[in-house]
Amino acid sequence: MRWTSWIAAVLLAAGMTASAQAPPAPPAPQPRFVVVLDAAHGGDDYGGRLASGQPEKAYTLTMSVRLRSQLGVRGVQVITTREQDTGIDLNHRAEIANHANAQACISLHASESGSGVHLFVSSLYPMQPSRFAPWKTAQAAWVTRSLALAGVLNSALLHAGVTVTLSRSSLPGVDSMACPAVAVEMAPDRDASLKTTADLDNAGYQSRVAGALAAALLEWQTEAHTQ
Amino acid sequence: MIPRHQKVIFSVLLAASLVMAVVLWQLRDRAHQRLIAGEDSAPTNAPLVAPAEQATLLVANDADNTLLAQTHSLPLPADPGARARAILGKLLDLYSTPDSSHPAPGGGNAVSQVYLLPALGEKDPLHPDAELAVVNLTGAFVSSHPSGLETETLTVLSICGTLHANFPRVTQVRFLVDGIERHTLAGHADLTRTYLATEAVPTAEGAHQ
Repeated sequence: MRWTSWIAAVLLAAGMTASAQAPPAPPAPQPRFVVVLDAAHGGDDYGGRLASGQPEKAYTLTMSVRLRSQLGVRGVQVITTREQDTGIDLNHRAEIANHANAQACISLHASESGSGVHLFVSSLYPMQPSRFAPWKTAQAAWVTRSLALAGVLNSALLHAGVTVTLSRSSLPGVDSMACPAVAVEMAPDRDASLKTTADLDNAGYQSRVAGALAAALLEWQTEAHTQ
Repeated sequence: MIPRHQKVIFSVLLAASLVMAVVLWQLRDRAHQRLIAGEDSAPTNAPLVAPAEQATLLVANDADNTLLAQTHSLPLPADPGARARAILGKLLDLYSTPDSSHPAPGGGNAVSQVYLLPALGEKDPLHPDAELAVVNLTGAFVSSHPSGLETETLTVLSICGTLHANFPRVTQVRFLVDGIERHTLAGHADLTRTYLATEAVPTAEGAHQ
């Protein structure tokens, strides 16, 4: 009995020494933050025709590349639905977004109508998330988060001096995305008298909008990590 | 020396020509008289025009992405479908004016027909007589509509809202183009789904016009 208690004491002391010398536990890894950029249209689908004669599909691709590089240099993992002028089915765009398990999905559009940036969130009625979601209304479980993302984008764009309008709409493709998703439509910047102050082709305007969107997504990343 | 038989033939032909000229002159006179008589029988009174009534239009504004409720006075037929078409025609007429807040060419002829049918799905106890409006747009209007998420959405919502404002029983709206279903209006707004009229909410009241 005396002998066994002596061994137990030795083992306990050895264990305490070992634990004192062990390196500190590594911090919990940050959850992955992925942004999906969807340059709308492409291939045979030209989209709208802009004042410069450029098709919408080319403009959205330019903005996608610009935004991807702004996010890339800040260490954000970006997945794009297309990198060249190829036609991609709306369902396939949603598949790419859903496989990425992204924290933000941005569908990029451009139009000569209106002014500034138009932010669209799906008009689907918000639903509780479920294990199996109908394909055409998968976004319903994410609408609340999408509205929050639109709010963050709105603040950043306003801070950058860009006119913003917020709206809800039926968005084929986006309605099938299982992630916080917002459609961003760029229009020329106009003043109160509707006089154009920056065309869509204006590189400074493109940079300002892309910078504001990147800043908003970084803020969204911070919010996502704190939740 | 001209032979005798040739003189006779010439005389006969001359006489025949004169007779034919007289006959033609008379026929011309008769045709003219018939034309005048036809004109006399044409209606001289203007057709009866439906009385002017008030209609509420939800007018889109691209600048601030809003729908503004405006009241307009216009002659409206009694038949509900024709009435709906006339109201939408007025709305799209506003969009085709040069100083429009939501430019879209086409005007009043952009809507071919509007059909009012019983609403789809299970009957809502709150709205047992709810109706579905099927708006048949012309291909010319759709192909010339500006492309863009905002502008297309505003066109669709202003049509839905205008129908609901004037036909409160209309709770659902579907769109056809030249009688067949089409995926989008001009590349963005979904035309394959059934829109709920409540999706279009006016953001402000316009002046009485």
